[in-house]
Amino acid sequence: MSGNLLELSGIHVSYGRAEVLHGISLSMKPGSIVTVIGANGAGKSTLLNAIMGIVPSSGTIVYDGAPVPRSVEGRVAAGLCLVPEKRELFSTMSVEDNIELGGFLRSATERAETREDVYARFPRLAERRKQLAGTLSGGERQMLALARALMSRPRLLLLDEPSLGLAPKIVIDILNIVSELRKTGVSILLVEQNARAALEIADEGYLVELGEVRLSGPASEMAVNPALMESYLGTHS
Amino acid sequence: MIATFLIQDGVTNGAIYALLGLALVLLFSVTRVIFIPQGEFVAYGALTLALLDGGKVPATTSLLVCFGAVAFLFDLWSMRRGTDIRAFLRSLALNLVLPGVIYGITIVLAPLDLPSVAKALLTILIITPMGVYVYRIAYRPLADASVLVLLIASVGVHLAMMGLGLVFFGAEGLRAEPLADDNYTIGALMVSAQSLCIYGATIAIIVGLYMFFERTLLGKALRATAVNRLGARLVGVRTHLTGVTAFTLAAAIGAVSGVLIGPITTIYYDTGFLIGLKGFVAAIIGGLASFPITAIAAIGVGLVESFSSFFASSYKEVIVFGLIIPVLIWLSLSGGFHEEE
Repeated sequence: MSGNLLELSGIHVSYGRAEVLHGISLSMKPGSIVTVIGANGAGKSTLLNAIMGIVPSSGTIVYDGAPVPRSVEGRVAAGLCLVPEKRELFSTMSVEDNIELGGFLRSATERAETREDVYARFPRLAERRKQLAGTLSGGERQMLALARALMSRPRLLLLDEPSLGLAPKIVIDILNIVSELRKTGVSILLVEQNARAALEIADEGYLVELGEVRLSGPASEMAVNPALMESYLGTHS
Repeated sequence: MIATFLIQDGVTNGAIYALLGLALVLLFSVTRVIFIPQGEFVAYGALTLALLDGGKVPATTSLLVCFGAVAFLFDLWSMRRGTDIRAFLRSLALNLVLPGVIYGITIVLAPLDLPSVAKALLTILIITPMGVYVYRIAYRPLADASVLVLLIASVGVHLAMMGLGLVFFGAEGLRAEPLADDNYTIGALMVSAQSLCIYGATIAIIVGLYMFFERTLLGKALRATAVNRLGARLVGVRTHLTGVTAFTLAAAIGAVSGVLIGPITTIYYDTGFLIGLKGFVAAIIGGLASFPITAIAAIGVGLVESFSSFFASSYKEVIVFGLIIPVLIWLSLSGGFHEEE
């Protein structure tokens, strides 16, 4: 279907002999937030890694109406950007350098522009410019990971468990930032275990179980789906 | 009096080892390659300079053309499943045109009686692109291999480059003319201009590397790759780009070391290995990670070598390489590796 920013069909991924994704199909419209929820080990992170090109996959990935570039760098250049679960920051380098490197594939003028935006969005990081990334707190590290990703001027941001290991209050901060990012025109594919919070900010939801899509639909409908509620959202109080 | 002489000798050699050690740390941290053939670049550099001194066209130019041609074939092979014309032209320019141009320049310039600085620069120009081709031929196909596989590849590259050195230069040792011939007396010390060149070049390269890693985006990308390979890929830093940059820098540093050491020792086709190993001792003391510790350790290695060659000359190498044992014990006791996060 045309008009979609991302169109996955029949994505299979295997680690050695074990197949972990058995033909996932998913589509997302430009400017939307789509969330993929599911239990640990369902293959959510693998899906994001496959979209980014970090793990080899079969099936087709159509991005912006054309097959996605083959290399990771090609995908970054085309506007895809992954914020992985483990953040993968450059821990012995300064906050400033981490942010600067996020714009590695952009021109110096583009970097200068985006840098201002990023520091305005994350004043906390602006204060800690010179500090080493490894000395930041968990929430700050997640912010830095987001800031670094924004420096690549993404059109589609792939977020892997941005709330993992963070205090509840910071989780709300981070998810607020995520839904604010959408207003700038960035589309977001959000993988979360915190299903309730994710469905709250998303437009569409996909439930992945054991490497297959079990359920999909508008996030507002999924949030009230009785079967889903029982297994993933906790019983309603 | 003897002590000051030994110290001077040690520091001079140590400065060269420091350059080699830094190149090894650079390569290992960025590409995880333990680059045994670093010494071959030194030997090639020194022999090239010595041949240029004799007004001959050094065999390294033909070797460079051969390396480029092989690298081009590798590129063609990887392009067999369709490619765009830009990648093809880039490969053509880098692998065939560049060595061809350098070959041409050398043929024109070699018979002229150039000033020694020009000959040194020409030598560096000839050797540096070899880093690009060695990376393309031996290591780029192994980009995702383990450290052990890369080490085995290094042994292979070392033997190949040493063998090629024998074929192209012959078994005869050569000594280059010094860059500058004067001697200066400072107090009780007599310092040769060549040693001053060595100190100057070493300091300049260390400062240059520092500026490169701290101030430029490409340098930061190399550091980032060393700290977190996956993170670097995610921001769009290509493994090939950092690899080729690291190898080019290493080859350039090797060539400079060769130019510096060529006039103070007679270099044979296989001398590079031993010199490289002493740089390696320093790099190990620096944990293959720390540039400053490596540089200081290299000076230490130079001093130990000069004093032991005076007091126990037949055990000189044993003492120098023995230095590594307590360091390894200490490193293994102090909690092991600084794995990337």
